[in-house]
Parts: sequence; structure tokens; C-alpha cells
Amino acid sequence: MKRSYTITVFTEDQTGLLSRVVGIFNRRNLNISSLTTSASSDVSIHRFTIVVEVTEEMVVKLVAQLDKQVDVLKAFYYEDKDIVYQEIALYKVPIEVFSNGNEVEMMIRRHNARVLLIEPEYVVIEKTGHEYETEALLTELRQVGLYEFVRSGRVAIVKPMERLNSYLQERKQEVNN
Amino acid sequence: MPSIPAIQSQPGSNGTRTPHRISGAHAVLQCLVNEGVDTIFGYPGGAIMPVYDALIDFEGQLTHILPRHEQGAIHAAEGYARIKRSTGVCMATSGPGATNLITGLCDAQLDSLPVVAITGQVAGFLLGSDAFQEVDVVNSTIPVTKWNYQITRPEEIGWVFRKAFFIANSGRPGPVVIDITKDAQLAMVDFHYPEELTIRSYLPHNKPKQSQLAAAAELINGAKRPMILAGHGIHIAHAQDVFRSFVEKTGIPVGVTCHGLSTIPNDHPLFTGMLGMHGNYGPNLLQNEADVIVAIGMRFDDRVTGLLSKYLPDSQVVHIEVDPAELNKNVRAAAPVLGDAREVLEALLPLVHSKSHPDWVARFDECARIEQERVISEAIVPTADGQIRMGQVIREVSRQTDGRAIVATDVGQHQMMAARYYEYKGHDQWVSSGGAGTMGYGLPAAFGAKYADPGREVVAFIGDGGFQMTLQELGLCAQWNVGVKIVLLDNNYLGMVRQWQELFHKRRYSAVELQNPDFVTIAKGFGVPGRSISDPADVVDAIAEMLAHQGPYLLHIHTVKEDNVFPMVPSGKAVSEVILGPEDLL
Repeated sequence: MKRSYTITVFTEDQTGLLSRVVGIFNRRNLNISSLTTSASSDVSIHRFTIVVEVTEEMVVKLVAQLDKQVDVLKAFYYEDKDIVYQEIALYKVPIEVFSNGNEVEMMIRRHNARVLLIEPEYVVIEKTGHEYETEALLTELRQVGLYEFVRSGRVAIVKPMERLNSYLQERKQEVNN
Repeated sequence: MPSIPAIQSQPGSNGTRTPHRISGAHAVLQCLVNEGVDTIFGYPGGAIMPVYDALIDFEGQLTHILPRHEQGAIHAAEGYARIKRSTGVCMATSGPGATNLITGLCDAQLDSLPVVAITGQVAGFLLGSDAFQEVDVVNSTIPVTKWNYQITRPEEIGWVFRKAFFIANSGRPGPVVIDITKDAQLAMVDFHYPEELTIRSYLPHNKPKQSQLAAAAELINGAKRPMILAGHGIHIAHAQDVFRSFVEKTGIPVGVTCHGLSTIPNDHPLFTGMLGMHGNYGPNLLQNEADVIVAIGMRFDDRVTGLLSKYLPDSQVVHIEVDPAELNKNVRAAAPVLGDAREVLEALLPLVHSKSHPDWVARFDECARIEQERVISEAIVPTADGQIRMGQVIREVSRQTDGRAIVATDVGQHQMMAARYYEYKGHDQWVSSGGAGTMGYGLPAAFGAKYADPGREVVAFIGDGGFQMTLQELGLCAQWNVGVKIVLLDNNYLGMVRQWQELFHKRRYSAVELQNPDFVTIAKGFGVPGRSISDPADVVDAIAEMLAHQGPYLLHIHTVKEDNVFPMVPSGKAVSEVILGPEDLL
């Protein structure tokens, strides 16, 4: 059964690695739902957070192939229940939508969104949350008017403690033995 | 110096430093010398010119071999790597020079061969400008390399080369591309070559775990109908001797993959033949009856497994493999053992019981008898109307070389015939394109193999189709007087494609017939002597003449036009549905 998996990949910070990582998905004709790259808690280690909809069998193989790449330190996969994750969405709406009563104000309050920027022609609203939450606000804003919408990839923190560090420790011991 | 990620070398304690600044190009070649490289298979061009200029200063340390096409360079490097089991080095210029290497990179990747390919690149300031002969080599070669890297500063050269050679020939070997911009070749640098190297993200050497060994031994010791599947990993790990001891102690019959040929001699009582689409009847048929499979250094390629959903229905699999990504990839392993084949077998040997399985082995013998009667007896003799069959030629070459030659092949029917009918008696005798199935591989790879070990006889069986893809490398054989013995098995067809069209496309022959040149005249033009025969009575004498000749030689043999390789596991069928002839298809 296909379901959403979040893969975290810890790598060396090296040019070209993004293509190599993405290629592992492309060659299997898999669509990446979201991809975020960032620093990790260790300054020398780079981190990819990738969301895919696949079977568990496939995610196991993907992680094995990711691990196999020379510049990948370690890859892990998680089901949604094992992680805390967020996405950020930004909405650019015409300034006029605020002038017809308090509908948009109530919308912003109800969704726990906030206003980031007010310009003469438009307002930029920010909402963080899961996809269904940012999507819900999007649907409502579309009714009143919307210039632009963008949503980030997923950022995720895993609930189990520090798997990478314990992995690195283990490897270090193996090498020293 | 820029910060160097992930390389921990003890500063100043080891490695090579030059007392004065040298060019990046000289640094590149110094790296090769430091790695023990003595030969480069390469082709010059604009973006790699500084390295070629520096090459003159390395005379006596590095031999450069110039093939007639970059594809020839990399296949020669592969043949060299296969026989030496050290890293083959090839070099090309940017753009088309680099893209001509890609087929060979793919080949080396699929067949786990250590190759380092160096490609020149346009100057750093031109990158991305669609400059003359500019191609994005790093992105183009990601899917066909174990690792690749673009050098844009000469300071990177030392550690990148050190890392490249370490990666190429450790763990599961594979190809590495180093792309180096022309300005990095020209710039001067305080050269430093790190001797010690650990890459924290790449630790290919896994010592076999006791728990895994114990689980494997338990399965093996309890098996009633066990079978060993032996692959290329045994050669790569130099594990042939301990493998043989393991086979003899456990008494388990052995089927070999294509690249597992010559891991154990064909005349060994427990050798049952080759696995796979055109493998032998017994090992294919009986695999699915085994209760325990011991797979060693092989990856359950689809040509071996046939229809995966009907593969090994009742077996528990012990999978000994160095690449963790191969474990449980195609076939679930009840007892995976991660590690180098030799280390694992050495550790496993004391844990397994001395046993024999006479009734089970007898079933393989019975299958061999059936195959001999229905297929082999006919395949190794001329046709009734007096035409030469490939099998006849190959068996005769086998006899006259005492089963000890290095057998290089191209791809197609002749390849499967050479796999089936040469009787391998030694080690490391098989130089062929397995995973990629690269036509045109045979001649340049045979050159590389013979160059690597001139003392061994190298016979290259090549079809008339594949030969015409890289026959320009006859010039390479002549120039270096490298005595590859080419046996051109010419059926005037793309025989394997024709066979499929005959069997599965209702004999609708589409684009398989060739109008061939006079091959012997062509060889003569390159300075390679040869002879053409079509009478079965000439086979013995012509082979003897070829083998007696010093230097390269072409034996052109007209074989029967339409012949098929059997047995066959038809595409999409289970291995147990192996057929012995076209009549079995009905």
C-alpha cells in the first residue's frame, strides 16, 4: 500500500549531490512530493528532507540506494506519526479584499495565519501547518481573491532521539576495531 | 587551501609533497603515479591538452595507449581492470570525448569494474556558456558512476584523485569520473597527495558479523537440497580457493552466473553449469526445487531470476554480498551476510558441516544428461549439410587452449555459446559485457585483457554485428602488437535478435541481416593477418594456425546462418519453465 513517507538524508555538503539524490527517484519514475535541503545540527553535515508517496517495500529500497551513495552519511525513513513536521505557505491577496467587511480578518484569525506585509495593492499572509491546513486557507482565499500562492517543502524533526549521532558513533567504533 | 570536507589525513605525517609548485596537469599525472597506475587508455583533445603535454614529462612512468575511439579506451580499461583486478584508467577530452565514454561507464557500473575516467572540461569561467565542446559531464554521468567530481581548482587534485581511486576499487567496485577544467590543469599548485584517507560517509569494508554468519551456517547445515549461486563477487574478492573449499566441504552443487564462470572449474563434480536465460538446464530447472540457496557475490539480475514472482518459491536464501543495497533488493534473504566474499567464506568455512547430497546432485547429473542429448550433442558439431556451428568452434578452441585461455566476448549468440561451450578450468577467464550487454565491447576489452597479462592466451569470440561497432581497434592491436586472437563468428545476422524474432515474433525478421565486408582484407589493411573458413573440416587446423601465430590474428569463420541458443528461459517465464528447443514453446 502506498503511503506518505518522509526520508531524511544526511550528506556531505557537496556540489552536484542534489542531482544524484533526485536521480534515485527519477530513474524509478517516482514523483517527489516535496524536497527541502538545509543545514543540520552539525555544521559539516547537510540535510535533505524528502516526501514521497510509495509502498514500504519501495521506501526501503530507496533508502538503501541513497545510503549507497558515496557522499551520503545515512538516510532514514519515517511514517508521518514518527515525525513533527511543518510547511509554510505564503498568500498574496489584493488589498481590496480587506475593505468589504471583516470576512478576511476572521479567516486569518480562524486559521491562525498572520499578515507579513502590507503594500498599497496587496497584502502578504503567512500560514504554517500541515498541507491540509494551508490548503484549507487557500481554498477560502480563492473565493475572495488571490494573486499568488506558494508553499514550502516539508521540514521535519523526528521523534526518536538522534539516530544519526548514534549511527556515526557505531561506525566510528567499527572502524576503530 | 580551501577546506576539504570529510577527508581526515594526518597533516604532514604522510603523503607526497612536491618541493616546488607544479601545474595541475602534472599534479594529475603525479596522482596516477602515486596510485601505482602504469597505463592510461586515452584520447586527446582541446580541453585535456595540458595533461597530454605533461605526459611527455612522465615518460617511463606512464604508458599512454591511444585507441581509435574513446569507447575503445574505456572498454580496454575495463578489460584491463577485469584481469588485473586493479583500477583501469582512461582519459578523454570534453564534450564528445566525454560522452563517448558513457557507454563504457554504464558497462563498468553494471559489471562492478574499477575504472577511473578523467575528462577534460572547458575553463571554469566558460562553464555553462555552451562553449565549444562543453557538456555537463558531472550531471551526464551521475547515473553511470559510483562517484564523480568536477575539479575547478588545482588544490583539489590531490585529495580528489586519492578519493577516486579508493572509491573505484573498494567495496563493490565501480567507475568514477573526474572532470577537470582546463584552467585547473594549467594553474600552478603546491601539490600534496594524501596517503591516508578515510571518508566518513563511505565505509565499504564491513567485517562479517558473527550473528549473520551463525544464521547462515544454521540454514546451510540444515539444508536437504541446497544450491550455491556463484557470482562475480568471488573473482573480485579473490575468493576462488576458499570458495572451492567451501563447496567441497558442504557438498553443495554450484550454478554460476555469467560472470561467475571460472570461479570453479567446469569439470568439478559439483559444478552444474551456468544460470540464466541461456544457462544450463539443470541449474535453472532445479533452482526452484532447492530448499536453501547460498548466493555468493551475485545480485539476482533479471536474466538470472526469470519471472521474479515465481523464483525460488520454497527456498530460504543465504545471500553473501558486499553491497548492502543488493541485500533484499530483488530476492528476500532469510540470512543476509554483508561482507567481502573471501572474508565471509573464510569465516563461514569452520561453521559448516562436512556433507554430501548424492541424491540431489544426481538430479543435476540427470538434467545434464538430458541437455547433452537434446542440445549440446548437436550444438558442438557441424550441421548435417556441412556448415560450421559456433559451438563446434568454441569447443575446439577450448580443447586447443586446454580450457585455460582468457575468453573475451562481444554480445549476442556467440557470447552465450562461448559461455556455454568453452570448458573453463582456471580462474578469471571471462571478459564479457554482462549487465549492460554492450555490443562492441569484445575487441577493445580483449586488448585490455591481453595487455594486462600478456603471458595468458586471450581469445576473443566476436559476432559480425558487434565486430563492426569497434573493429577500428584492430589498429590498436596492430600498433602495440598485442596478440589478441579474434575468432569472428559470422552468421551474417544479428543472430540473437533474429533468434527472438524467430521464436517470439513469428519469424518476422526486422533489420537483422547484414551486408558484411571482407573482414580478412580489412584486418590485413590494419596489419593484422587472418584467414577465412567455412568448411567444418578446416576448423581444427585454422584454430591451430591462429594460436601458433605470434601477435594479433583474425580467424573469420562463416557459421550456419540460422541457429539458436538453447536452453532458454523465455522472457517473462519462470526459470523452471526453461525450454530445450523451439518445440518446447508449443
